[in-house]
Amino acid sequence: MDIRHIARLARIELNSEEILRYQTQIDQLIQYVEKLTELDLDDIHPTSHAVEIFDVMRPDEARDGALSLEEVLMNSPSVTQEQFRLPKVVE
Amino acid sequence: MNISELTISQLRSAYTAGDITPVEALRALAGEIDARDPGIGAYLSYDLDRALVDAQSADLSQPLGGIPILLKDLISAKGHPLSCASKFLENTYTAPYDATVVRKLREAGAIPFGRANMDEFAMGSTNENSAIKLCRNPHDLERVPGGSSGGSAAAVAANLAIASLGSDTGGSIRQPASHCGVVGLKPSYGRVSRYGLAAFASSLDQCGPITKTVADTARLLEVIAGGCDYDSTCISTPVPRYSEEIGKDITGLRIGLPTEYFAEGLDPAIRERIESAMKTMESLGATIIPVSLPHTEYVVAIYYIIATAEASSNLARIDGVRYGRRAEASDLTELYEKSRGEGFGSEVKRRILFGTHVLSSGYYDAYYLRAQKARTLIRQDFESAFSRVDLIAAPVSPTPPVKIGEAEADPLRMYLADIYTISANLTGICALSVPCGTVSVEGKPLPVGLQLLGKPFGEVELLRAAHAYEQARG
Repeated sequence: MDIRHIARLARIELNSEEILRYQTQIDQLIQYVEKLTELDLDDIHPTSHAVEIFDVMRPDEARDGALSLEEVLMNSPSVTQEQFRLPKVVE
Repeated sequence: MNISELTISQLRSAYTAGDITPVEALRALAGEIDARDPGIGAYLSYDLDRALVDAQSADLSQPLGGIPILLKDLISAKGHPLSCASKFLENTYTAPYDATVVRKLREAGAIPFGRANMDEFAMGSTNENSAIKLCRNPHDLERVPGGSSGGSAAAVAANLAIASLGSDTGGSIRQPASHCGVVGLKPSYGRVSRYGLAAFASSLDQCGPITKTVADTARLLEVIAGGCDYDSTCISTPVPRYSEEIGKDITGLRIGLPTEYFAEGLDPAIRERIESAMKTMESLGATIIPVSLPHTEYVVAIYYIIATAEASSNLARIDGVRYGRRAEASDLTELYEKSRGEGFGSEVKRRILFGTHVLSSGYYDAYYLRAQKARTLIRQDFESAFSRVDLIAAPVSPTPPVKIGEAEADPLRMYLADIYTISANLTGICALSVPCGTVSVEGKPLPVGLQLLGKPFGEVELLRAAHAYEQARG
């Protein structure tokens, strides 16, 4: 496990002290969860949710109570022309 | 009469008798918070003016008419701040809508009042991961209140709140309730809507009450439970009248004691409290039966894979674009990386990094899929136990609350202390902590909780047993 690679995937900038610390700590956690290799799980069905719920459908209709545009934008650190403002993405 | 010491039931009676009005109660409560919370740190904020407006029009005929309820700072209440005790959201985020549980509280006449301190994004079991401020245990100010709903439990224990709502992903309601000597319930998965709660691990999270008595927990649960159009995992099974059901006797109840839970690692004084509670249960007509949960030693590994994997996905949205702090950056990737690097605390980063690793290309089968399969074995352990007993009794935490600063050095050791609580989340069953006495640590009595675990949607039997125990305990 290369912590720099994981941090890039997670989009988290780490300083050099954090790189050292997390490399050690996460290696330890990985070593700990290796415990699960002791179990024979070949014929076991995975559980993704405690309650077996299948697709819940409803008619594709707008409902009352949707947020206004103002409410949608009100917490953004940067808004312009009723949109979220970001650094340029396309060159 | 000191208002802040009252239970929900007592405050309702005081309103009905005309001894006090909701406006007076809120002013008195705010006075207590101002006077005493600086020494504890249970509240991140409260808004008295807003609450007084609600109090003036409170309908006292409603089930929770005029009752102030403290909310963990990850529960959305329209117009109130929400920070998840994170620097990322502090002072920058105002909830634009009500969580379903808050809508239900309001419909029942309750007044959302105050934002409770917590571990950042609900990640932690000591409340020390709050990026905003320290929260102390009211029973010993040198010790942690537990977490992640530490502020909720500390406030209720210190008589700085009538009752609170918290959330529980791996014990975050039950463990602080145990450490602070109050009642805390994690409902069955799907019993209470998660809509409007900042998600940590979506297949494990549940919202539930933290209160002074089991009766208050029953009363709050019957208000917040029930189906929700905005949470497809929330089940619309009818909600029993818990508060009316709890008084029945428990003669013939079969309580299982898992052999594996009473092995090494459990503090002998806590073990003694649980055994003494079982004697009380027997005197009430219950039968104690040994049961086995053979895969107990694997639950921490399973839990930390599943919880961190789900967290790494859920917290991807905290990116400085639509809300939260944004770092200065020249391109979008740098904006994400810097905003998240600066905004998240160390425990949140650690869990996102571990969760990202277990989901990363080439590792999914080895970790996440394996953990999901092993989760099936845990479910089977409990199904087998519940074929022989009605409830399971257990400790909540293997140790009393640690001293502030003791836990942070060794994250794995801290994770291992969740061993008795996380199975309820992995299996979706309901579980609560009810105070069962104290243990003496360095000359101070510290509270201990008895954990009772019930079948899925078995809250009636669970609350009834806890209520019977609470009454008999005195």
